Amino acid sequence: MPKLPSALRKPSKPGERGNGARRDGGGANGVEAEPHPVREKTKEGAIDVVGWVDQRTGASPFLTGLLLRKVPKGTNWFYTLGSATLFAFVVQALTGVFLAFYYVPSATEAYDSISHLTNDVFLGEFVRGLHKWGATMMIILIFLHMGRTFFFGAYKYPRELNWVIGVVLLILTLVMGLTGYLLPFDNRSYWATIVAMNITASGPVVGPYLADFLRAGSEFTATTLPRFYAVHMLLVPGLIIALIGAHLYLVVKLGTTAPPWLRAEAKPKSSREEKVG
Amino acid sequence: MNRAEQEAYLREYEVLKKKGKPFFPYAVLKDSVMMMIVALVIVAMAIILGAEQGPKADPTTTTYVPRPEWYFFFLFELLRVIKPPELVPIATIGIPTICMVLLLLLPFYDRNPERRPERRPVAMTAGILTIIAMAYLTFLGASAGSPTEIEVEPPPQIAADTAAREEFEFGAQVAAQSGCLACHKFGENGNDGPGPELTEIGAKIPAEAISRSLVAAPGIMPAYGDLPPRKFDALVEFLASLR
Ligand code: HEC
Ligand code: HEM
Repeated sequence: MPKLPSALRKPSKPGERGNGARRDGGGANGVEAEPHPVREKTKEGAIDVVGWVDQRTGASPFLTGLLLRKVPKGTNWFYTLGSATLFAFVVQALTGVFLAFYYVPSATEAYDSISHLTNDVFLGEFVRGLHKWGATMMIILIFLHMGRTFFFGAYKYPRELNWVIGVVLLILTLVMGLTGYLLPFDNRSYWATIVAMNITASGPVVGPYLADFLRAGSEFTATTLPRFYAVHMLLVPGLIIALIGAHLYLVVKLGTTAPPWLRAEAKPKSSREEKVG
Repeated sequence: MNRAEQEAYLREYEVLKKKGKPFFPYAVLKDSVMMMIVALVIVAMAIILGAEQGPKADPTTTTYVPRPEWYFFFLFELLRVIKPPELVPIATIGIPTICMVLLLLLPFYDRNPERRPERRPVAMTAGILTIIAMAYLTFLGASAGSPTEIEVEPPPQIAADTAAREEFEFGAQVAAQSGCLACHKFGENGNDGPGPELTEIGAKIPAEAISRSLVAAPGIMPAYGDLPPRKFDALVEFLASLR
């Protein structure tokens, strides 16, 4: 087991030992046997902070449980695709905030605010590029991650619900791509959105209502852009964050699958994997 | 999966998990390496490819290509494959909706307890076929050009009159620059679908019907009522003379 700061290794329960003095005597209230060098002091100061927070939050059993939980034998590189998707989402969230500093969601000013951002703002074009290509990466990664869970049979008992949450995340991610495409408000995004909304409206039952909701009316008007903006940067990201939370909760709770070809009933004391073909 | 199979799975999983390694640092290390790779790729693409900005959105525009992001190409291609207007709703929303519902409910109809790919022939075949179909449609969408030129010869009686000929050519130019070619075919130019071929549209419907189509925009077609009147009239006249 890897080394952890003592405060994390031995969580002291509130009220167990006076004012939180620890058994190893390193805390502020401990009896110091010999003078510490400055470095030692700083380190302990940091651990003290950890201990202080831990005493008040009780977070360390949770964190140690999270970090030291076992991942099954055979866990390989394919299992990194989910966290890579998460990483791409975080990139989108951070670069998105930067873009929102400068973007003006109005049909008359949007285009010029993007021009200003691209041409005048320090690193503006770079951050726009990050947001654009980050979106592409997120789409690729979410499909790869879905493929991994499909081919590994990870959607089967007891992880059915996590698959369902995943599909909703996939749909929401595609909605992000659709709504974000309009925001630069250049000719291509404008006309592509008109067609996309007509396609939506041609759908059965909810199609026309969904299109009217997104367009803010039966036609593309000046209020359409602010609506797309609100959906793109408030509504859908909020849903995505909540669902990622639920998704990861279930991942930790249920554990990730072992690769499907691994069998537990290998001969005793032999770690040889039994491959059935 | 019945009760016994579920319990067998959980027991086996417990053993495999016990034989595993702690999440920190082993899985965390792999995850971090992968995140670094993703970060590098995104930064490289942002630097090399950047983010361009086209001309400002303009409802009365000339040049535009109604082209979605690449990951929606397969949807648009579906429209080309399934063209009859009465089937369009099926292509646009029907098929994607059915696919999404099938995807969402996958764990509930695939009750096979087996997880090894080589023992799930039906699921594997369906999955691989879906991937191939989507890749193929995306490829078609990516390679469908966005032509901006129409080369059709005017009918003889127009060709003979210089003024009428100029009007005809102006109308052809408006059509070419207004993105009609993304969805319609004129002679040798343009994409065959999702809209009907317009090579002989003038023989099929009268000018008033054409002009109504442009304003009311049937199906998924964008409305063109906002074109400046001069262009709009030339466009209608051009279409009506195609026979
Ligand atoms: C996004 C794709 C798209 C674009 C762009 C587009 N159309 Fe269409 N158009 C369609 C579809 C689809 C139909 C058939 C709709 C239906 O009948 O349900 C259609 C129908 C028509 C019709 C009626 C045809 C008939 O037989 O009734 C005309 C005329 C027409 N389009 C002209 C144009 C012109 C001119 C342009 C360019 C200014 C244009 N379209 C741009 C998709 C498009
Ligand atoms: C925003 C998008 C998503 C994020 C951030 C995300 C994140 C994660 C992470 C970090 C894991 C841990 C294991 C791993 O990485 O493979 C995981 C597991 C899982 N994900 Fe996702 N995911 C997303 C979308 C999806 C989608 C679209 C699906 C499928 C439709 C899905 C289905 C699953 C399943 C079934 C598991 C359990 C895998 C196992 O136990 O082996 N997820 N997800």
